[in-house]
Amino acid sequence: MKPLFITGGRVVDPARNFDDSADILIREGVVEKLEKELKQPPEAEVIDAAGLVVTPGLIDIHVHLRDPGQEYKEDILSGTRAAAAGGFTALAAMANTDPAGDDPSMIRYIYERAANAAAKVYPLGALTKGLEGKEMAELGRMKSAGAVGFSDDGRPVVDGTIMRNALQYACGIDAPVIAHEEDSYLFAGGVMHEGSVSSVLGLKGIPSAAEEAMMARDLLILKLTGGSLHLAHVSTAGSVELVRNAKAEGLQLTAEVTPHHLLLTDRLVKNSGYNTNTKVNPPLRTEYDRQALWAGLLDGTIDAIASDHAPHHPDDKDVEYDFAPFGIAGLETTLPLMLDEVASGRIKKFTLPLLVEKLTSAPARILDLPGGTLAPGSPADLTIIDLNREFIVNPETWYSKSRNTPFAGKRLTGAPVYTIVGGRITMKEGVVTENEKGA
Amino acid sequence: MQTLRRKDILGLEEMSAEEINLILETARSMREIMQRKIKKVPVLRGRSVLNLFYEPSTRTKASFELAQKYMSSDSVSVAGTSSSLVKGETLKDTVRNVEIMGIECVIMRHPVSGSSHYLARNVEASVINAGDGMHEHPTQGLLDMFTIWEKKGRLEELKVAIVGDIRHSRVARSNLWGLQKMGAEVVVAGPPTLMPPDLNAFGVKHFTVIEEAVDGADVVMALRLQKERQESGLFPSMREYAELYGLTPQRITRTKEDLLIMHPGPMNRGIEISSELADGPQSVVLEQAASGVAVRMALLYLLLGGTKE
Repeated sequence: MKPLFITGGRVVDPARNFDDSADILIREGVVEKLEKELKQPPEAEVIDAAGLVVTPGLIDIHVHLRDPGQEYKEDILSGTRAAAAGGFTALAAMANTDPAGDDPSMIRYIYERAANAAAKVYPLGALTKGLEGKEMAELGRMKSAGAVGFSDDGRPVVDGTIMRNALQYACGIDAPVIAHEEDSYLFAGGVMHEGSVSSVLGLKGIPSAAEEAMMARDLLILKLTGGSLHLAHVSTAGSVELVRNAKAEGLQLTAEVTPHHLLLTDRLVKNSGYNTNTKVNPPLRTEYDRQALWAGLLDGTIDAIASDHAPHHPDDKDVEYDFAPFGIAGLETTLPLMLDEVASGRIKKFTLPLLVEKLTSAPARILDLPGGTLAPGSPADLTIIDLNREFIVNPETWYSKSRNTPFAGKRLTGAPVYTIVGGRITMKEGVVTENEKGA
Repeated sequence: MQTLRRKDILGLEEMSAEEINLILETARSMREIMQRKIKKVPVLRGRSVLNLFYEPSTRTKASFELAQKYMSSDSVSVAGTSSSLVKGETLKDTVRNVEIMGIECVIMRHPVSGSSHYLARNVEASVINAGDGMHEHPTQGLLDMFTIWEKKGRLEELKVAIVGDIRHSRVARSNLWGLQKMGAEVVVAGPPTLMPPDLNAFGVKHFTVIEEAVDGADVVMALRLQKERQESGLFPSMREYAELYGLTPQRITRTKEDLLIMHPGPMNRGIEISSELADGPQSVVLEQAASGVAVRMALLYLLLGGTKE
């Protein structure tokens, strides 16, 4: 493999508080040097990054790859291509597949299928067998097989004792637990946020309390057990407050937010005329919640941004609102949507280094993953961004098999132009190539 | 005569007072046709309409079908239980297949809120919402307003109390929008568990005591109470509901003298309304059914009546 030389870019590496122009030399899949000015090795492949931003490879810790079981919606190949197209070099894959990812063989299957993929895949194991919330899955054996954390995401752990035992047990094998906070009884078959919009539309509502009640329970359990808890897709103002208070108390927990919860509200369900691409769980909330999520992201209450990429086949979404599955596909829009917020200056204090932190060092820390920094010796996973690139979101051009986004047609400023995984280019100017190690 | 400048009738929320007025005026002419010995005009001759009912319906379906016959349109009716719905065909496929056969207007009842919006986006034919989930039932709202307008000569400044399960009622939502647009004051009454999560969205006042809600009312409208609401724990028993919230003569003594009692049907006698009221001199329940045909004739005329080349 030829060395890779990235020259003249603005390097943003929040893990080291670095934001300056620099050259980077990559050899044998590792960042060898990062200095103000480096001599270009004659045999190296060169990327002229003048006018571009170079960051550690983006990591998305909340992705549904649907593989195995629902490959018509997405598979490991298409999902990792979508990741590379979106500027991600690594992702964590949720275990709500069919069969569920509750066994070491399933963890190994993901690693095998993703071996030459366009992005690294870190499997998350199921917390309970069959995601049924009844019996703890073999967390230790899955950890040995490479699972980076455990979650029944998509479903709540209804029984508090199961959550207690799982958190306590996961402590002993030093693995994080990711909670999808939802009280299924309060959720009660809702399809959108419960409030004035659901009242008018006559759609069954999901109250904020459905998320907050379960979150409050899990935070109390965490106090009891210790251990490490990560909260998936925080969506309400009350949740932000719960996390803020728990962190102030010194509890070991982290939280993530999705771009769609940061950018959209329940009004869109109405304004789009019941467009099923607005149907997502947790649901799009109110403007009040949206503002609270931004405040939480800016003050560090919320640690990371994750897509909760939930791909569905277009046919699945092309039905009446109640009949459509929940989910928004986000791998190919997350970075540009967030870059556009930085470019617009709509949110004061939402700077490029902060955004990069939320997509690199923070997710790496949450799941204790390699990367997330460009410190010499780190894996050569990088993303190169053009802050000025303008484009219109067009799901028809996606690498993902899915098309389910409420952002279609939106004009954005800022896009990834290179994705580099282990020193190999997996995306250049929007064109993805597999990471064929033999080549 | 003017026509409606819209392709579909999906709800009264998005309709203007002028449009509602036009529909009511047109319905008045249509009612006159209904009173003729030969109730048939050739206005919609050669025009094709599909009645697509994914939920059971007696009144609404009969009323639409009669309206179509009186207007001389050709129509077909498909019921959800006998159709491709049970064979797993999507709504979009079903309607596109029928549309290609020449259908110009689809009347649809469907259990899911927003399904008529979805349908309207996917077909060129006009769509009339005959009730979508808990969202709206605009033709019912219009026929209720028409009934009141005929009896009272106006809608402005009337006080209308809607009593019962507002939360799950598409009839209530259409009436809340329509009546307020026409200048009526609307209040709602019933147990808090049967109210929408946020009533402010509609700008109406909520009472839990029926006597207070109907104080000074010109119109009291009862809504059908579905048994499944009790089964899902929203109130303890039908018996208790009848005792606390059922409309009885004793409960409505503080209304205006010339009160109108309404019910969209089908009624649960002895639950949300007593037979004394349902069959009493103040009741206009049967007039509502008759108004339904006139209003639906008006809508068909206004949507399809202009010659399309």
